[in-house]
Amino acid sequence: MKVTSMETVIKVENLTKRFGSFTAVDNISFEVKKGEIFGFLGANGAGKTTAMRMLCGLSIPSEGKGTVAGYDIYTQPELVKRSIGYMSQKFSMYEDLKVWENLELFGGIYGMNDEIIKIKTDELMASLNFEEERDKLVKSLPLGFKQKLAFSVSIFHTPKVVFLDEPTGGVDPITRRRFWEMIYDATARGITVFVTTHYMDEAEYCDRVSIMVDGRIEALDSPKNLKATYKAKNMDEVFQQLARKSKRKAD
Amino acid sequence: MIEVKNISKNYFSEKSGKFAGIGSDGGVSLSVPKGEIFGIIGPDGAGKTTLFRILTTLILADSGTATVNGFDVVKDYKKIRECVGYMPGRFSLYQDLTVEENLEFFATVFNTTIEENYELIKDIYIQIEPFKKRRAGKLSGGMKQKLALSCALIHKPTVLFLDEPTTGVDPVSRKEFWGMLKKLKQQGITILVSTPYMDEASLCDRIALIQNGQFLKIDTPDNIVNQFEDKLWAAKSNNMHKLLDDLRKNKLVKSAFAFGDSVHVTVSSEQLSVIILTDYLTGLGHKNVEIHTIEPTIEDCFMGLSNNQI
Repeated sequence: MKVTSMETVIKVENLTKRFGSFTAVDNISFEVKKGEIFGFLGANGAGKTTAMRMLCGLSIPSEGKGTVAGYDIYTQPELVKRSIGYMSQKFSMYEDLKVWENLELFGGIYGMNDEIIKIKTDELMASLNFEEERDKLVKSLPLGFKQKLAFSVSIFHTPKVVFLDEPTGGVDPITRRRFWEMIYDATARGITVFVTTHYMDEAEYCDRVSIMVDGRIEALDSPKNLKATYKAKNMDEVFQQLARKSKRKAD
Repeated sequence: MIEVKNISKNYFSEKSGKFAGIGSDGGVSLSVPKGEIFGIIGPDGAGKTTLFRILTTLILADSGTATVNGFDVVKDYKKIRECVGYMPGRFSLYQDLTVEENLEFFATVFNTTIEENYELIKDIYIQIEPFKKRRAGKLSGGMKQKLALSCALIHKPTVLFLDEPTTGVDPVSRKEFWGMLKKLKQQGITILVSTPYMDEASLCDRIALIQNGQFLKIDTPDNIVNQFEDKLWAAKSNNMHKLLDDLRKNKLVKSAFAFGDSVHVTVSSEQLSVIILTDYLTGLGHKNVEIHTIEPTIEDCFMGLSNNQI
């Protein structure tokens, strides 16, 4: 069994974000421990993106407290940004750059020096078995390779926590599963994973899952406990029960 | 209503830097009768959109023929455009026009009015009508989807082409959307719909599983499931991560992949039984081992048929 450490990587208390009279994120509180895979679920418009933007230091909260990787999201957003990784299906790498150029670019942006970038690039190419792809343009890679590489780029600077925003959308079923196997390997190395997905089978792969409805966290527990609480046979049923409570159709 | 014979289209994709398209190996064929919901199911880059663009007369195929409503996609393209509705994968309405203006625009283009065909879109449009003065660009994902469907229906098409209407949409809204499609089917509309979500397969009358520009299989979801060749078991133990590794190390196991809270194991050998595999795992230190035979899902079938084993 994976041992999740007691160190807290994300801590949020009564976090709220308002846009005018609209409360996008309404008083949410939770903690994520080091090495944990934390699933952040919710219907479209439930407030997931807004909450995630605050955690990534991209949006200042209206109220509440929050620290990510030990830094305050109000007063130290730049330090937060340096300590996290981010990947989404929509954007992850520069397609017109070669594999190694992407690594050099992202490593450089995150302040890694040339020597470390070189050593880590060699290590990564060997561990991914990517030696032949090293000099290829990213756009020429098969989708499965791109996925692996995108994830590796997002954790290249060894962030404390990586945010994955629907990382597997539109990907074939085998590649999707291989991707989750990579996530497991990363958490075994102590990286914390904060992930959103619309695939409910993937919710089962998380250590804990929160479900947002209308800006609030309606449920937060392990998939096993959630299924027991809601007398559901799978996470899709849990999600359907909770998300149907939503009154925010008119977002 | 839709007849596709040996269609192929290959082009150099600037985006992916390689050849993409559909039917590179002899073309693809399919036939969809009136009133059927036919699903094209497969991942990004499989060729779904290329097929939709050929059938909606937006691009020409390299080879093969296709008809929609009996009209040829090349010779009678104007007639096809009058009688089909098309909802592209990317939101393609006018972001700067309001909900109402978009709908009115599409009605006018097709020489009709919202009032004339309101009955058809009523159930869908009524949900976004309270926001009819809002610009389309300011709508949420779910509302954009409903507006796009309303616009695709406003000229009362007989065939509807929906290219990934539920991609990026949450499970609750996806269920609602399929409910709407069912109602449209009851009114006799033929629907060709594509999706990367394998769990939507069972909502179609028939499906084509597609990968790398080829159909892996065309049949009803039930028949595809019945044709699954291997034994399929769901396995659980107290250590799910190690379970996956240990199952793959067993030479009689053909494949092992995580499936929600269990691992799905395919076995083609007669030598391996549930009891033998349970003993094998227990011997490797697994506790609470549970293995039982299960019915395959469409996703299991896709993975079995797929040649993508990277």
